[in-house]
Amino acid sequence: MQPPGAAQQPRIMEEKALEVYDLIRTIRDPEKPNTLEELEVVSESCVEVQEINEEYLVIIRFTPTVPHCSLATLIGLCLRVKLQRCLPFKHNLEIYISEGTHSTEEDINKQINDKQRVANGL
Amino acid sequence: LRDSSVIAHEVPLPTLLFMGAKLAWAPSGNLLATCSRDKSVWVWEGESRSLQVDWEPPDTPLRVRDRVGSWVPFFFSPTVDEEDEYECVSVLNSHTQDVKHVVWHPSQELGLLSLFPQLLASASYDDTVKLYREEEDDWVCCATLEGHESTVWSLAFDPSGQRLASCSDDRTVRIWRQYLPGNEQGVACSGSDPSWKCICTLSGFHSRTIYDIAWCQLTGALATACGDDAIRVFQEDPNSDPQQPTFSLTAHLHQAHSQDVNCVAWNPKEPGLLASCSDDGEVAFWKYQRPEGL
Repeated sequence: MQPPGAAQQPRIMEEKALEVYDLIRTIRDPEKPNTLEELEVVSESCVEVQEINEEYLVIIRFTPTVPHCSLATLIGLCLRVKLQRCLPFKHNLEIYISEGTHSTEEDINKQINDKQRVANGL
Repeated sequence: LRDSSVIAHEVPLPTLLFMGAKLAWAPSGNLLATCSRDKSVWVWEGESRSLQVDWEPPDTPLRVRDRVGSWVPFFFSPTVDEEDEYECVSVLNSHTQDVKHVVWHPSQELGLLSLFPQLLASASYDDTVKLYREEEDDWVCCATLEGHESTVWSLAFDPSGQRLASCSDDRTVRIWRQYLPGNEQGVACSGSDPSWKCICTLSGFHSRTIYDIAWCQLTGALATACGDDAIRVFQEDPNSDPQQPTFSLTAHLHQAHSQDVNCVAWNPKEPGLLASCSDDGEVAFWKYQRPEGL
């Protein structure tokens, strides 16, 4: 039994990360005919999967094509829904926009990680 | 829908559209507070009536059980057209973002109305907790508690009513204490309103957002519902300084549910009986026993 509060080192799961990436790379950008991969919104290296205490944590950092708030949140929402529906293993999900790409990235990150707001369609 | 045992009005559409609204009955039974994503807190006043209330997601309206036991839809309305119905007495727009939770101070239950006029607390996406009291015929915001670094999801008053616990997306629990004007500790108050100060922060225990917190009115145990699927219980250490209390983690139910735990509630009559519910669609019941030596 772990003493309360002790942190376990997360295991990095590369195969699982590839599984996630395979699902998100083909999502189409809301505004353009290209996929998120073609537009370099997501890349293999932007997905990380950690295993902590037998649970999987999926972390995705994406780069929006333009510094426009509503599109960034929409992309975040698409990522979340796609994984919720298609990823075969149970997971917790954290989505962030890459640092330095957006002036209100903190606001966006907070929004796309608030499950109540996401459920309401932001 | 009109029935003598059920209150029903036309619903103002914007209010009903915001899912995730919360409501709370005041201990007196004649005041109701509601909050939602539209950033406001509404206070309603009406005849005391015991109504069993139910909320069934995702698109159906709030339901109440009428006197013959049937579930009927329940709607809100700011207008009054009959004596025995609820009237909106105040719309509080102090928060700048979604209001996640409202809770009443337990003062009336403690029979301390003269010392603690009815107090309402709200928690918000704007990272603050706000407190409201009645002033003449309106309600005003009398305190703003700042300190959390992200959304505050829920609140709970302690059995004495002098402390408030808040839980947040910043993965901490904060304990706030009320200081009345002229207090011994020299905490400054503005005017006749009490001041609230953060006297304890529980950090490093939760690995994800804490969605709910419940303070047992019988035992003083503090339970949290977390996005890491666990339920935790904290107890104040014996001989803890009231101005700087320390709490210990006395139970950690790892994987209490298979998904986020959204809500925890202590049974008001049976000590140690805790109910929880989760995104996994289950409601669970737990029996907590205070560890020896505490």
